[in-house]
Amino acid sequence: MRFVDEFRDSDKAHALSAKITALCEPGRQYKIMEVCGGHTHTIYKHGLEDYLPEQITLVHGPGCPVCVIPMGRVDDAMALAAQPDVIMTSFGDMMRVPGSKGSFFDAKAQGTDIRMVYSPLDSLKIARNNPDKRVVFMAIGFETTAPSTAMTVLRAAAEGLANFSIFCNHVTIVPAIKAILDSPDLRLDGFLGPGHVSTVIGCRPYEFIARDYAKPVVVAGFEPLDILQSIYMLMLQLSRGEATVENQYARVVPWNGNTVALKAIGETMELRPYFEWRGLGFISHSALKVREKYAAFDAELLFSVPGVRVADPKACQCGEVLKGVLKPWECKVFGTACTPETPIGTCMVSPEGACAAYYNYGRLTRTRVKEATAT
Amino acid sequence: MTTGQSSQAGWVEEALRTHEEQARQEEARQEEARQEEAGSLRRGSPQPLPGTVREDLVLERIDRARRSRPRIKEERITMSHGAGGKATQTLIEAMFLDGFRNPLLEPLEDAARLRVGGAHLALTTDSYVVSPLFFPGGNIGDLAVNGTVNDLATSGAVPLYLSAGFILEEGFEVTQLGRIVAAMREAADVAGVQIVTGDTKVVERGKADGCYINTAGVGAIEHDLDLGVATARPGDAIIVSGPIGDHGVTIMLARGELDIEADVSSDTAPLNGLVADLLAATPGVRALRDATRGGVATILNEIAKSANVGVLVNENDIPVRAQVRGASELLGIDPMYVACEGRLVAVTARESAGRALQALRAHPLGGEAAIIGHVTADPPGIVQLKTAFGGTRIVDLLVGDPLPRIC
Amino acid sequence: MCLGIPGEVIEFLPDQPDLARVDVSGVRRVINVGLLSDDPPKPGEWVLIHVGFALSKIDEAEAAAAMEFLEGIGQAYEDELAALAESKIE
Repeated sequence: MRFVDEFRDSDKAHALSAKITALCEPGRQYKIMEVCGGHTHTIYKHGLEDYLPEQITLVHGPGCPVCVIPMGRVDDAMALAAQPDVIMTSFGDMMRVPGSKGSFFDAKAQGTDIRMVYSPLDSLKIARNNPDKRVVFMAIGFETTAPSTAMTVLRAAAEGLANFSIFCNHVTIVPAIKAILDSPDLRLDGFLGPGHVSTVIGCRPYEFIARDYAKPVVVAGFEPLDILQSIYMLMLQLSRGEATVENQYARVVPWNGNTVALKAIGETMELRPYFEWRGLGFISHSALKVREKYAAFDAELLFSVPGVRVADPKACQCGEVLKGVLKPWECKVFGTACTPETPIGTCMVSPEGACAAYYNYGRLTRTRVKEATAT
Repeated sequence: MTTGQSSQAGWVEEALRTHEEQARQEEARQEEARQEEAGSLRRGSPQPLPGTVREDLVLERIDRARRSRPRIKEERITMSHGAGGKATQTLIEAMFLDGFRNPLLEPLEDAARLRVGGAHLALTTDSYVVSPLFFPGGNIGDLAVNGTVNDLATSGAVPLYLSAGFILEEGFEVTQLGRIVAAMREAADVAGVQIVTGDTKVVERGKADGCYINTAGVGAIEHDLDLGVATARPGDAIIVSGPIGDHGVTIMLARGELDIEADVSSDTAPLNGLVADLLAATPGVRALRDATRGGVATILNEIAKSANVGVLVNENDIPVRAQVRGASELLGIDPMYVACEGRLVAVTARESAGRALQALRAHPLGGEAAIIGHVTADPPGIVQLKTAFGGTRIVDLLVGDPLPRIC
Repeated sequence: MCLGIPGEVIEFLPDQPDLARVDVSGVRRVINVGLLSDDPPKPGEWVLIHVGFALSKIDEAEAAAAMEFLEGIGQAYEDELAALAESKIE
């Protein structure tokens, strides 16, 4: 596969690994946060940590849009789905996220009409094909996905569709990063910037990290060599005492982002004054809602949702995992009460969650792996 | 969103109780580990790395949670229970094995091995609920015959006779049924079996989605081999008979919901000829499985769990067609979990691997057979994958159901 | 969720300017290229696909540059390894 296979070449990985190790100051520990859940997934899926020296620790960040949805919002979505003549449509990742009364998956087993879609356009198609039903699209994701939702709403408006709406849970990445930077629990040396979010917002929004917090940022692609190369670029900056924003993923990310996409978002959505993030609490101007002009497509206005705030289960430490304060196995319920089949928190259920990645792919330390693979 | 009263999730309380129990046991273990470490210090032997101790505790924790008696936590059946992964296993063990328990059922292999009078027989059954009924490469009828023939073949039995039970939906077109039956007749002829008994039921419109089929099969075991995944041991080779994931991806695309076109077709085929050639060529075959629901990854996990061994496979050695890979990348699924309907996984003694591979490749259905990895002693119960990139990761059992109603 | 896959643009749909058929390793799907309306892709160009939309064009020059850098590192590594193997201290 072009633009994929070349970036999975193991020979180049060894070379990068050697260079990265050479840049480590003896005795110094480095903590690099990969913001995006997609990066966490790649790191574990390809066994990338095997290529990093012990001095470098990768800290998993809050860039998993499914993980940060609080239970109350999941309950709201379930309430929408339960309404008569509603067809709820959602990406696969949302299906097993637990609310206080179970997940979409459980509701489906009890007869609620919930359908998995690959694209918001599929949801639109279902709406066209079912004029007597009201179709709701569960819109989640960072700025990567918001433009697609926006374009879909614009399309629905152009077609005059009367039975389509979205339940908007889009969140923005910068406030989350800022919350991490301001958090006293964490001392990070640098960031791997979210590659696909940046195709939309560009690289400028991260400049404040370098300028105000003196931390280097490298916007990284999603193939394993992309991530390794980005780590190398970060280490190079650190070794020179530099702190700037660099774009490793230049083949896909334009420095100024995608204006058409940003316009589409701006036309259909606006920032909420505040929004609750699982584990991070209320963050101002961190999420999107549908603009008044498109109120006909706003499920929150067309239907009544409970809007009740539900506390996370006491045992759940997703918040700390999302902030990078705890590694997945350090969570008290990891692997026992909280497993991928019986998830208590979202970090275990989302394919981009750190706990899921670790449970499903990781688990073994490098020493154990080296012993086992030495046969 | 208003901040009203907060409510605590009721179902979590049960999970917490389990957790508290485990936490108590873990405290005890941590004490043990601490004392051991202190002890080894005194004895002057090398200290274990803190990382290894931590990791052992984590692995043990997960292991204990899993080895605890399987319990079905859900109140209702979900699609996960049919996916072939963890939920299916739990359902089988906690409901069916527990309910029907007897020594013949316990091995939970593809077919049961019975002694009746002087005869050594294999008996198996399978139900087919695939949607859509017709797809590139075949239809539900092909699956119904080949699937059951394959379950018999992987027990090393010569498939002989099948039964066929039909559940038809009111309104189903008779010509469609005709096509399905014709396919079954052809498949049976190719496999050398006869359909000797059957049943027909009709249910109201809205049920049975056109047509469901159940087939049961009987075969004769003419060898003394103790085939079974529990016999796998460190050093054994793991071989797959051809490219994986063809069937599952074909079905997914045939559903037409995803607007994806690709040149893939189901690999449904009877494997009894292939198996016969393999068994004739070498005595060192430990186990055979056909990779259906849950894919190759599920079988690898069954090997690891049953025999309490480790499994290590190499991503570079696993044959996958380019289009299957492309479709999987597009949809974010892993071909290792995608169903096949005409592929087998063989575990052989290390010395026999070469001959086994040769025998498979000489047969038209095994032309692309490959050794994908081998069995290790450690870590027991865990399947590892050496990625194309050079790193290593775990391949666990499937959770949830990315591709429902595949077969 | 951040899942983005590179695909090659094959053709535009005749009656729908926003829709294009792309090829990913032999698999074809119709996607919406409306987000690239400032600089629409031409058949033969590559785009990044996410949930049925093209988010960005893949800049072949940048991709080549990235590869060159990686090859360079790889070559330097090979050279060093070779030198290490050849050099004898005693």
